[in-house]
Amino acid sequence: MQKFFSDAVEFVPILLQGVWLTIVVTIGSLVLSTVLGLFWALLRVSGVGVLVGLSAGLINVIRGIPIIVLLFYLYFVMPDFGIALTALQASILGLGIAYSAYQSENFRAGIEAIDKGQIEAAQTIGMGWWLTMRRVVLPQAVKIVLPPYGNIMIMLLKDSSQASTITVAELALQGKLIASSTFKNTSVFTLVALMYLTMSIPLILLVRHFEKKANRK
Amino acid sequence: MIELADVHKSFGKVEVLKGISASVAKSEVVCIVGPSGSGKSTILRCINGLESYDRGDIRVEGARVDRNAPSIVSIRTQVSMVFQRFNLFPHRTALENVIEGPVYVKKEPRAEALERGRALLAQVGLAEKADSYPPQLSGGQQQRVAIARALAMNPVAMLFDEPTSALDPEMVSEVLTVMRGLAEDGMTMVVVTHEMGFAREVGDTLVFMDEGIVVEQGAPRQVLANPRRPRTRSFLSKVL
Repeated sequence: MQKFFSDAVEFVPILLQGVWLTIVVTIGSLVLSTVLGLFWALLRVSGVGVLVGLSAGLINVIRGIPIIVLLFYLYFVMPDFGIALTALQASILGLGIAYSAYQSENFRAGIEAIDKGQIEAAQTIGMGWWLTMRRVVLPQAVKIVLPPYGNIMIMLLKDSSQASTITVAELALQGKLIASSTFKNTSVFTLVALMYLTMSIPLILLVRHFEKKANRK
Repeated sequence: MIELADVHKSFGKVEVLKGISASVAKSEVVCIVGPSGSGKSTILRCINGLESYDRGDIRVEGARVDRNAPSIVSIRTQVSMVFQRFNLFPHRTALENVIEGPVYVKKEPRAEALERGRALLAQVGLAEKADSYPPQLSGGQQQRVAIARALAMNPVAMLFDEPTSALDPEMVSEVLTVMRGLAEDGMTMVVVTHEMGFAREVGDTLVFMDEGIVVEQGAPRQVLANPRRPRTRSFLSKVL
C-alpha cells in the first residue's frame, strides 16, 4: 500500500496529462455526435422518403463498423485520399460519427414518443414542420431523451480510450506507456481505473438526476 | 364561407366519406351529430387539412383546401380547431399556449400578443390561470384555454371536434357556455358533438351523418323533434 502511494505521487501528474486529452476527446466527440445524431434523427422523421432512407441506411452502416476500424480508416486510410488529420482530430471525428448513430436512435425515439395530437395542434395554428419541431416537439422530447443521453456520455467517456489505438496519448495510452517502461502494472492500471471511475461518477449522478426528474413528470 | 362539394375519403379500403356536400354560411353554427365511425371528425380534419381527401372540393372563403399546398398555412390560421383531447402544449403556461400562434406564426409583437392573450383568457373565464401549466388545470379549464388559443389566431371560423366528450359531466357546461358566447358574438362554427341540448339551442343547422353520408339536415329543433329518416329516428331514440 505504501508503495502504491509513492507510485501514485510519481505517476499521477503524468496521467493527468492523459486525463486532459481524454476530456478533450470525450467532449469533442460528444458535441459532434449530438449535432450529427440530431441531424440524422430529423431526416429520419422528416417524412420525406429519400431522406428517411438515407438516414436509416447511414445509421446502419455506422453501427455495423467497429469504432476501432473507423478510427484506423480516418487516421491511416484518409491520407491516401489527401486528407491528413491529426490523431486528435481523427479520434474526435471517428468517435463522433460512431456515436451519432446511437444518439440518432435515442433522439428519434424521443421525438416519436410525443403525442400526435401535439403535432396536430401545432399544425392547426399554422406551424410548419420546422417550427413544430422547434417549439413543440423537441422541447418535450428533451425530457424523454435525457436519461439515455447521460448513459451515452458515460459510454463515450470510456470509449474515448480507443483513441489510444491511433496514438492519442489520452489516459489509457499514458497508463500503458508508463506501465511498459516501469513494469509497475498494478499501481499504474489501478490508478488509471480509479481516474476513469472518478470522471464517470459525476456523470452517473447526473443520469440519476435526469431519471428522477423524468419520473416526476 | 365553407363549401364542401362531393367530398370522398378512404382510409385504405374503408371509405369513410362517400360524397359529402354542405355549406356553412358566415356566423352559422352547424352541429354535426351521428354514431361513431360515421365520418364526422374526418370532415373537420379535412376542412383544415389535417387529412387529405381523395375526391371533391373543399373551399374556405373561396380558397381550395389542399394539405400539400403552401396555402394550407393561411387556411389553418383562418379556421382554428378545438380538439376532443385539448392538445395543449404541456410545457408552456396557459398564456404561452395562447400567444404561441400569434407570436411565432403571425409574428405579432410579443407585448401586444400578451395583452390580447390575457384578454382572451379572461373571456373564457380563466384570467387568474394565465401562469398555470396545463397539467395543473382541470379538463374543462384546459378546453377553455384551448378555445382561447384557437381564438388568438383571429379565425373566421372555428371547428370543434367533440369538445366536451373527454370531460367529466360537471365540466361540460362551462365549456358549452363559452361556446354559446362565441355563437352569440357571430362566430362561424362547425361543431361535432353528442350534446343534443347544445345543438338544439345554439345550432342553426343540424347535420346527421351515418356511414359517410349526410342522412338528414335541417333546423335542429325540427330534425330532433321530427326526424324524417328511420336511421335518424333510431339514432336519436338512443341518445335523447
